[in-house]
Amino acid sequence: MRSITIGESTFSCQPDETVLETLLRGNVQVPNGCRQGLCQACLMRSLDTPPPVSAQNGLKDTLQKQNYFLSCVCHPEQDMTVALPNQQGASVEAGVIKKRLLTPDIVQLVLAYQSPFNFFAGQFVNLKRPDGLTRSYSIANIPRHENILEFHIRRLPNGQFSSWVYDELEVGAQLTISEAQGSCHYLPGRAEQPLMLVGTGSGLAPLYGIIADALAQDHSGPIHLFHGSRDLNGLYFVDEMRELAAKFDNFHYTPCISGEGIESNHVQGRAHDIALSSTETLSGWRVFLCGHPEMVNQTKKMAFMKGASMADIYADAFHVMQEHK
Amino acid sequence: MSESQETTSQTLYEKLGGEAAVNAAVDIFYRKVLADYRINRFFDNSDMEKQIAKQKAFLTMAFGGPNNYSGTDMRTAHARLVKMGLNASHFDAVMEHLGATLTELNVPQELIAQAAAIAESTRNDVLGK
Repeated sequence: MRSITIGESTFSCQPDETVLETLLRGNVQVPNGCRQGLCQACLMRSLDTPPPVSAQNGLKDTLQKQNYFLSCVCHPEQDMTVALPNQQGASVEAGVIKKRLLTPDIVQLVLAYQSPFNFFAGQFVNLKRPDGLTRSYSIANIPRHENILEFHIRRLPNGQFSSWVYDELEVGAQLTISEAQGSCHYLPGRAEQPLMLVGTGSGLAPLYGIIADALAQDHSGPIHLFHGSRDLNGLYFVDEMRELAAKFDNFHYTPCISGEGIESNHVQGRAHDIALSSTETLSGWRVFLCGHPEMVNQTKKMAFMKGASMADIYADAFHVMQEHK
Repeated sequence: MSESQETTSQTLYEKLGGEAAVNAAVDIFYRKVLADYRINRFFDNSDMEKQIAKQKAFLTMAFGGPNNYSGTDMRTAHARLVKMGLNASHFDAVMEHLGATLTELNVPQELIAQAAAIAESTRNDVLGK
């Protein structure tokens, strides 16, 4: 008999029982719906062993890679330690090693960690300051041996956390970081697939990581980045991106300014409009969208209507940022 | 989708190509639905992943695949839409897109008719009649 551990509790999975049935029998609250592996309401994550492949059918490839599974169709093949998607795993401590302004509105923050920490470029973590105030930010770099995490933090009017990062946080200070979350990241395979990435403001952070990841993993298909902002203060890393485009033939960069009457040599218009009108079809493309929730949701639909398969659209809407940051 | 294997013991779901067929059909089907001004307001949901999962469940059922939906589930799930004005003309439009999707995927007419019949059998429950 297999045992299922969740939090502090362990339950025995009866023969023929699914993980969902075992947990519900143990009075663990697990959201669920169709109970046939379709509606994905009962999504969970295995923290120790890879779940049975049959319990991952229909899930986004990035979620499969992170050992997510559908508990209603999961007959465990071994003992499992599981968690609900919103359940936090272990957190680690990290110290500030660098802080600099990228634009008057956006600060680059680099943290170093000592404990083992796994992530994919493009995922996000919750940053917690000593008094407990917590906000989510996307990771802008790819995992490397130097054990650092880079963030691009936009100062929001009345943003408690972002203002604090801006005004008070100093090199040497310690923050707590949650485990990395989110399914908007690059996976190798299909290296010749064209990629389209659209981001607004600090939505460039996860995209920057995803692009670095794709290039490091020898993605050979064209990679098109459209970075948009209303004004010049939201547009950053312009030189870095141009250098990258000069270095890699398959990387193409289009900075876009949507505000009226701003003099610049960037393309005039909203990044997602320009991105979508740049190609006849998105059939066969992989699409990454990060930033303003309205832009992300609208573009997701438009990219789908333009031929991108829903399985090939990866999105990270900065909801929390909108409401709380 | 395979049309070559002509074994009588195969279920409709197997003949259509099972889960792979559902996966091939779902994007095409949902794109047609979203593009149809007659019905897209019933499918307008900011969470497209959830919508796609629902469309997959629908297609799996119509393809004669494994599903646990009862008539009551169908009624409960669509009650909100009936309040919004969901009626027979909208159901017809969805049937139209189901047929067109399968035609686009070169499914033989005879199998399309079988899938349509299964979908049709949910009409009263979906419309809350």
